[in-house]
Parts: sequence; C-alpha cells; structure tokens
Amino acid sequence: MAEEKVKEVKFGRRNAGMPKAKIENPGKIFKRIMGYVMKYYAPHIIVVIICIFVGVLANVQGTLFMQTLIDDYILPMVNSADHDFGPLAGAMIRVAVFYLIGVAAAFIHQRIMIRVSQGTLLRLRKELFEKMESLPIRYFDTHAHGDIMSIYTNDIDTLRQMISQSLPQFLNSIVTVASVLISMFVLNVPLTLISLLMVAIMLFASKKCAGLSGRYFTAQQADLGKLNGFIEEMVNGQKVVKVFCHEEKAVEEFEEKNEQLFQSAYNANRFANVLGPINAQLGNVNYVVCAISGGILALSGVAGLTLGKLASFLTFNKSFSMPINQISMQLNSVVMALAGGKRVFALLDEDAESDNGYVTLVNADYGEDGRLHESQDRTHIWAWKHFHKADGTTDYVEVRGNVEFLGVDFGYNDDVMVLHDVKLYAKPGQKIAFVGSTGAGKTTITNLINRFYDIQDGKIRYDGININKIKKGDLRRSLGMVLQDTHLFTGTIRENIRFGRLDATDEEVEAAARLVSADGFIQKLPKGYDTVISGDGAALSQGQRQLLSIARAAVADPPVLILDEATSSIDTRTERIVQAGMDSLMKGRTTFVIAHRLSTVRNSDCIMVLEQGRIIERGTHDELIEEKGKYYQLYTGLAAG
Amino acid sequence: MKEFKKDSFLTPFCMILEVILEMVIPLLMASIIDDGVMKGDMGHILMVGGFMLVAALLGLLAGIMGGVFGARASAGLARNLRSAMFGNIQKFSFSNIDKYSTAGLITRLTTDVTNVQNAYQMILRMCMRAPMSIIVAMTMAFIISPRLALIYLGAVIFLGIFIFFLISRVMKYFQEVFERYDDLNASVQENVSGIRVVKAYVREDFEKDKFRKASENIYRMFVKAERMIVLNMPVMQFTVYAVILLISWFGARMIVYGDLTTGQMMSLLAYCMNILMSLMMLSMIFVMVSMSSASAKRITEVIEEESALKNPAIPVMDVTDGSVQFDHVWFSYNEDIEKSVLKDICLDIHSGETIGVIGGTGSSKSSLVNLISRLYDVTRGSVRVGNVDVRDYDMEVLRNQVAVVLQKNELFSGTILDNLRWGNEEASEEECRRAAEIACADEFIERMPDKYETHIEQGGTNVSGGQKQRLCIARALLKKPKILILDDSTSAVDTATDKKIREGLSRELPHMTRFIIAQRISSVENADRIIVMEDGRVKGFDTHENLLRNNELYRDVYESQNKGTGDFDEKK
Repeated sequence: MAEEKVKEVKFGRRNAGMPKAKIENPGKIFKRIMGYVMKYYAPHIIVVIICIFVGVLANVQGTLFMQTLIDDYILPMVNSADHDFGPLAGAMIRVAVFYLIGVAAAFIHQRIMIRVSQGTLLRLRKELFEKMESLPIRYFDTHAHGDIMSIYTNDIDTLRQMISQSLPQFLNSIVTVASVLISMFVLNVPLTLISLLMVAIMLFASKKCAGLSGRYFTAQQADLGKLNGFIEEMVNGQKVVKVFCHEEKAVEEFEEKNEQLFQSAYNANRFANVLGPINAQLGNVNYVVCAISGGILALSGVAGLTLGKLASFLTFNKSFSMPINQISMQLNSVVMALAGGKRVFALLDEDAESDNGYVTLVNADYGEDGRLHESQDRTHIWAWKHFHKADGTTDYVEVRGNVEFLGVDFGYNDDVMVLHDVKLYAKPGQKIAFVGSTGAGKTTITNLINRFYDIQDGKIRYDGININKIKKGDLRRSLGMVLQDTHLFTGTIRENIRFGRLDATDEEVEAAARLVSADGFIQKLPKGYDTVISGDGAALSQGQRQLLSIARAAVADPPVLILDEATSSIDTRTERIVQAGMDSLMKGRTTFVIAHRLSTVRNSDCIMVLEQGRIIERGTHDELIEEKGKYYQLYTGLAAG
Repeated sequence: MKEFKKDSFLTPFCMILEVILEMVIPLLMASIIDDGVMKGDMGHILMVGGFMLVAALLGLLAGIMGGVFGARASAGLARNLRSAMFGNIQKFSFSNIDKYSTAGLITRLTTDVTNVQNAYQMILRMCMRAPMSIIVAMTMAFIISPRLALIYLGAVIFLGIFIFFLISRVMKYFQEVFERYDDLNASVQENVSGIRVVKAYVREDFEKDKFRKASENIYRMFVKAERMIVLNMPVMQFTVYAVILLISWFGARMIVYGDLTTGQMMSLLAYCMNILMSLMMLSMIFVMVSMSSASAKRITEVIEEESALKNPAIPVMDVTDGSVQFDHVWFSYNEDIEKSVLKDICLDIHSGETIGVIGGTGSSKSSLVNLISRLYDVTRGSVRVGNVDVRDYDMEVLRNQVAVVLQKNELFSGTILDNLRWGNEEASEEECRRAAEIACADEFIERMPDKYETHIEQGGTNVSGGQKQRLCIARALLKKPKILILDDSTSAVDTATDKKIREGLSRELPHMTRFIIAQRISSVENADRIIVMEDGRVKGFDTHENLLRNNELYRDVYESQNKGTGDFDEKK
C-alpha cells in the first residue's frame, strides 16, 4: 500500500516536470517519428502537402491580385472617364474561385491531419501497451512506475502536439516563405533584399533570446525539480510533520525553494515572453523600412516599382515575417516532442520477455487404454503436451504439481547472487513453507517457479520437465499465485474474481468466494458481487482485498498454488475462519506458502528456513523445534537479534 | 497576488500601448502613399516614415516591457499560489489530509499551478491585447471609411458568433475526452503496478483488449472534437478572403469615384489581417482559460479548505501529567454518528501506566489513540489529558507532550541525526545517541559507514522496515513526552528486539505513559493493563492474567497465536 502511494506520487511529480533539455541525436529521433507516421499514412501526407501548396498559392495569387487591382484597374479608371467595372468583376471572380479552392484545400488538409495524428497516437498507444504487457518483470523492477505512466501521458502528448500542429505549420511556413520570397523577387528585387536583411536581424534576435531563455529554463527545471521533490516528501509525510509540530519549519524551507523557483521562472519567462514582441515589432520595423524605401523607389521610378506592386509587396512583407515567427514558436514544442519521442521509442525498443517454450498445457483424459489423450472439454485433468523434436513424437504427462529445484543459483543481476544452491523437492499435494527474515529470498524462490525471472544456474523441473521448455503462458496458467501486494482492477467484484479464469460462470465465482470466506463481506457490500471497485479497491480493507485475491486463485483452480503472505493482513481470528477454506483450497494441490505467522506454517509437510539466500534448515515443525536451530529461535523469540 | 498587482496592471497597459502603436502604422502608411508617393513628396515620405519607425520602436519597447511584467506577474502568482497552498496544507488536520490523496495534493501543487501560471500569463498579455487590437483597428477603419468599416463589423460579428458556438461545442467534447483519458491512465497504472498479477494469470491479451477499447474510445472522441476545431481555420480563411474581395471591390469603386484614396484602401486591408489575427487569439484564450479553470478550481479547493481543528482562544499551555481519560467518546470520520468507528468509549488511564491495545484489523485501535494527541476531534464525549480536555490545549503543546509513532511512518531525506532532531531541534548528539540506544537503533546505526551522519534517502528507502521503525521510535523519544503512543511501531522488528525496546522504555522512562498497539500478544502481555478492542468498542480492559481468565476474545487471540510467540516477525 505504502509503496503504491509512493509510485502514485512519483507519477504526480513527473507529470509536472518537463522533458530534459538535452537530447542526443535529435535528427535520428525525428526521422524515426516521421518514419512511423509515413509508414501508415504516406498517401495522407502527400495529399496534405499538396493541399498546403494549393492553399499557399491561393493566398499568394490573392496578394498578387492587389497589384493588378491597383495598377490595371483602379489607376487607369481613375485617370479615364470610362467607369466599366465589368472586367474588374470578372477578375475578382477568378480570384474568388482560387480563394475558394484554397479554403477547400485548407479544410481537407486539416481533416486529414486529424486522422494522421490521432491515428498515429492510437497506434502508438496500442503498441506501447502491447509491448509493456510483454516486458519481463525485471523491466518493472528497474523503472519507476511514474516514469512508465508518464510515457503514456506527457510523452505521447508532446508527440500529438508535434504531429498535428508543428509539422503542418512547419510545412506551411516553409512553403509560404518560399513562394512569398519568389513573388517578392518578382515584384521588386531591391526591396526584397532590404526585407531579407531585416529578417536576418529578426533571426539573430530570436536566437539570442532563445539562448538566454533556454539557459534560464534549465535552471527553472532544476528548481522545479527540487521544489517538487520537497513537496513530495513533505506531503507524503504530512501526518508525521503534524505529529512533530514541524509545520513552521516545513513552510520556511518551502518558501526558500519557492522563492528560488520564482526567480528562475521569472527569468526564463521574461526572455521567452520578449521573443514574441521583438519579432512582431521587428516585423513592423521591416514593414516600415520597406514602406519608406518603397515609397522612395516608387517616386523616383527606379526598378519599375508601381504603386500596385508596392501594395502587393507590403502585404507580402507581412506574410513573410509571420511564418518565421510561427516557426520560432513551434521550435520549443518540437524539442519537447523529440524528448518525448525518445522515451516512447525507448520503451518500444525494450526486449520483450523471451519465450522459447514449446511444451503446452492441454485438457486431457485417460482413454480406454489407460493412456492420456488430449481432450477439447474441460476435464479437470491437465496434461503437458510434450513434442519431441528429435523423433517427432508427442507424449502427454499429467500435471500433478511435482516441483524440483536442483542446485539453483539466482541473482537479479549477474554480480550479486541472492539465492545459492537451492535444492527443493515438492511432491504433488505437499505443502511447502518458507520462513526467514526479510530479504532472505523467500519471494524470489516463488518468482522463479513461474519464471518471472530466469535462473543463472541449476535446473527447475515441473513434473519432470525443465520449466524452460514450457511455454510461459501455460506454465503460469498452471500456477495459482496470491501475491504479497494485492492488486485489484477497476471493475466489479465479480470481474475481479473472474480474472482468475475468464470463462468461470457466476456460480463458480460465488463458490470460490464462499470457499475462502469472502462471500460474507461481499454480500454486505451495497451491490454485492456487482459492486464496482475502483482505485485498486481503496474502499476495501487490506484483509478484504487479500480475500478477493485468494478467491481469484480459487476460481483459477490450478494444480499448484503459491501463497506469498496471502493472509498477512487478515487478523488472526478471521484467518482461523478463512483457514478452513484455505485448507480445502490447498487440498490435493502442491502449495508453496510464505508466511510469518506460525498458524499458517505449522502444519506444512516441509518448512524451509532461509537465510541470506540459502536454505539453512528444513523439516517439519516438530523436527525443526527439536533441532533447536534458527527456526526454534524465530519461533520462541528467545535468541537476541 | 497583491504583491504583483503593479505587474499585473502594467502588463495589459503595455500591451494596449503596443497595440495602439502597431495600429498607427497602417494609418501612416496611407499617408505615405497618398500624400507622398501619389503627390511625389519625398520629404513627406521621410517624415512620416520617421514617425512610423518611432512608433514601431516604441511598440517594441512596450512589447518587451509587457513581456517582462507579464513574466513577473505570472511567476509571482504561481509562487504565491504554491505558498498559500503549502501553508494551508500545513494547517490541515488529519481529517483534512485524509480527504485529499497525497498524489492529488502534489499534482495540485505542481501541474495545476503550472497550468494556471501559463493561463494567467496568456490572459495578462493577450486578453487585453486581442480585444484592444480589434477595437483600435475597427476605430481606425471607421475613421478612414465608415462604409467599408461596416464590412469588418459584419465579419467580426459573424466570426465572433461562429467561434463562440464552436468553442462551446468543442469544450463539451474535450471534457469528455479528459474523462476518457482518466480511464485510460487508470488502465495503464493498474497494469504497471499489477503487472505481476496480470502475468501470473496470463491475462496479457485480456488487458490488451481492454486497453485497445479504451484508447479507441479516446481516438473517436478526439477525432470528433478536432473535427469541430478544424472548421475554425477554413471558416476564418473564408471570411478573410471574402473581406479582402469585398474591400477590393467596393474600395475600387470608391477610389474611382473619388471617395477613397489608394493608400487608405491599403491600410484598410492591413487592418483586416490584424482584426482576424486577434479573433484567432481570443478563441485560443478561451480554450486555454477553460482548460485551466479546472486547475484553478482544484487549487482554490485546497486554499479554501478550512482546517477541521482550531486552536482554542485561550489555550492551556502546560500538560501537568500523563493521565488520559476517555469520557463516553464517540468518533466518526465523517461526523455521522451512525457510522461511528469508536462507540461509547470510557477509559481512565493513570500517568505512567503502560497500556497495551489489541484487536483485529478494523477494530479502531489506531482511531482510539489518534484522539489522544488530537489528530482528530471526537464526535461526541471528550478526551482528557492531564485532566484537561484536549481541545483546550494549545495544539503544539499537546503534541509535544503526546508523541505518536505512526503506523505509516516516514523518514525524511537528510542524515540520521537530522531525522532524529525532528523530535527536538536542540537535542545534542549525546541525547540523540541515548534515544537511539533505547530504541535499539544504535546497534545498526553504528554499523553504518557514516554512523549518525549516514544520509537517509527520501522516504527512508535505504533502511529496512525494522530499522525505520526503530529510528522513528527514537525520534519520538527525543521529544521527552509525557505520553508515548506506539501504533504498531515494532511490527517489523523481531520479537527479541521488540522485547528489548519495551524493557528499555520502562527502565529509562518509567514515568511516561505508554500506549502500545500491537498485533502480537507478546508485545502487550507485560503491559500494566490491556485494552481489547472489537468493532469500535472496548471489550475488555484489564491485566493480561485477568483477561486470560475472563475475556473470551482475548483468550481466543492468545490461543490462536500459540502462547504468545507464534509469529515470525516479518511483515509490516
């Protein structure tokens, strides 16, 4: 529970943070994002590019029309007495038609982009999730859950921003700049050169500003991180703060960090804010300079600048600096998207859990000849279908729950072994208990049976078959696990129990609940089995959650059970009530039990005492007590430390 | 907020100035063309051009100032919001804390504040700018030609209505999208934290299917919402083009008939762009504001949350002794007496007694002791410490005298000494060592590389559960309290050490009243008296021997734990 809170909290912090400033290889990531988009939406993108071209051209022709309007229609008409608006109307209709085409193109391009961007995101999310489900447990051990979560939220979001907004805008801007530049050159070369000079100044100013604000943004991120860390710690320990009357000191320290963040946020935003006005106003200056020089040029009649051309040129001038402005605004979001994309691809590039198993689990039946045959029905007899490559034969071995560890060494990484030379024989139907202090390796052993982790050395056999040969899914299906941390999923109680076996009928679900004495409290819930639980079952007590997860194992009806502190949060009295159900659940199944409570352990067929990854004692309760070793010490609480 | 009033005020002012200056430029343009180019007056061109340049530069200055003030105002707002929230959270009572999840509080302090900060900056800088630029541009247009300005007016009204309609529709969709997003995130989170369950039951495909449905839902909603949004652009363009054509047409006619000059027409066309850009800005602001309003609401919720516990007007500043009385105490977490978790509790505990509290999960043991240091207020009845109602004490005084070691305890990043000094800032190293010894923490501290200077990671992740508990006990001891409450605080400590701690406590601090909540009978059997709780009621309050004799419940637990030692000292 506590651990989960921390994870949730981490998620909160990560959520607030922004991507790290530096990314290596931005080009490669960009190419990869584009490649991903193009893979599925190449035709769409081509249409979009065409539409952008059409849209920009429509706009350009409209602006060019200004020149025609003034030079070819208005001025001649002003100077002559002939006021025939017919030709002008015709010209305007032509322009209008082009405009309409432009509008249509814009509409089409936007509509298509929705499909492209949302479709890409949908695909990415699905691929991410599918990948995530296939990753080995190790991945989840080594990555903060909050970080994984934030890939789905923040990082995907940055990509959305980039694909749906930045990219089209970039394209649009580039096409616009190019076509406007050409038009400007056509209209008047000297003015264009002046314009370009001003643009260079603008770019220079933006670069300076962006550099400055970038430096402060990094500082802001660092301060934000510090403050968030502090908040996280304090809010998490809020009750402790209260109990120790530490409020004032907490506020004091908070204010200090808050002030720092304010300073750096102010600095960072100051330069970022200034960038916009500078560009806009430099655009205006550009406009003014062009207007003045244009006026002079027009007046002196140099370079064939007519009034109409000047009008068109000035309008172009405006639409020339705007895209540059836009590009500089989009740059930030592209940088963020690249950082996000990097994390998304990092997850997608993780190696999935490998599964080279070929022995499968099937329903079986004993035929008249007394041999096992595969069966399509649910026969309650399971068999391992073992195909021998060497001679092409297939044989069936009944699943009985015979588990052997032969000299197993294991470490979470290759340097530090946490289990040493573990030998273990569990006969079908036996109850094997593990006891020992935290970190002795009890949970680790059970995690090897279901291949959450692969062993470094030794062998684990299940019904005589090396578990590496068994398909992971089938292996796990044959093992019912009740874990230390219970996890419930959003849904009804019924759905949560049915998680154990999806085709279980309502009756089977309820029978399983009754078997483990969960039926009582479920009936008392407002909607009984149809009560919806959310937020990992926060409304239920820890004990109730454990009962539900035991029921889940019961409904799965597996030949082997692994109970990892399954009843630790159920108080001793309730446990005694559950015990009957537990006993009937364990009956006939090989059961591995990890518990710290004597009552749970005592009647085991064999108790393994673990210390620092080794089995130091084994035997029945009575034998171990007799031995007066570690078990005896733990049990009586006599020995010190 | 007040502190940055000046900045909040100056920002829009600068923005308005910038707008006006910007708007003057096209007007001057008209003059250059009509009076300069058309009339061939070079001097006029230069003079007006000079004005334009000055206007542009002043505009630049105003823009920069606006940006600077805006940054200051919004960063300041964020700082003050955080400060107000954090300050208020520190005033929260336990029941206030329970109401919000920690993750929720942290998101409010971080993400939500950032959202509001960005929105505020946007509002300051754009909210005045956009309408102003529409108004100024319209005015200018009217000055130049009232008849042609009517075209603008029509266009602005049309677009205004359209944008309003669009936004109200889109917002509805977006709200739905956000809800679906929550579903999706929940699904991911469940799978991340429950991955072992998913894998153990081989339910990967089942979960993938669930996720696929959730993400396809989002896809559909998003496409729907965005389809509405993209209408914006073409309609906007359509209007712009229509306005340009209309102005060109009517403008041309007017020029020909001498009612308008060419220069004026050009400046009208320049205004056209300005007006439409501003409208676009406005629509963006609307979206941003409505998105951040959810954040703002969440923030004010925290700021306005009133602490459920108030210090009395004339507080008692001294706790005379460690006696505790419960007088017909009823307690409910939600004030609803029907749902009381403590029912009619009457207890009389003498100063210096050691009291064990035992009972099943959910029997309200913790709730009972939490009332002593007034972490919650009773719903009915009263709790007295040192013969004074806890509600009459100054809270800090009370809590310094009643030390609680919570079930869910936390260490903070810093050295071990720093952590111990939470109990008493002035404690000397010797005192800290002493407390650690009593709590049996010194033995492992001494084994650590830096001993008392060892750095504890955030959340105490680099010490084991049992070590953490012992440090927490030592920390509480440094307060030198009159009452010490150990709420299942030695559950991760092995039986032998547990015993040593208890013995140390009674040897070193005999006059301190002690409450020991435990699952294990062995932890409480040596107490002077033991409270047996069940279902929110006291089912027995007596010595171990008497309870064994008279109390069936106690005997039950005792037997189930097999002579009091049947426990392998493991978990929580």
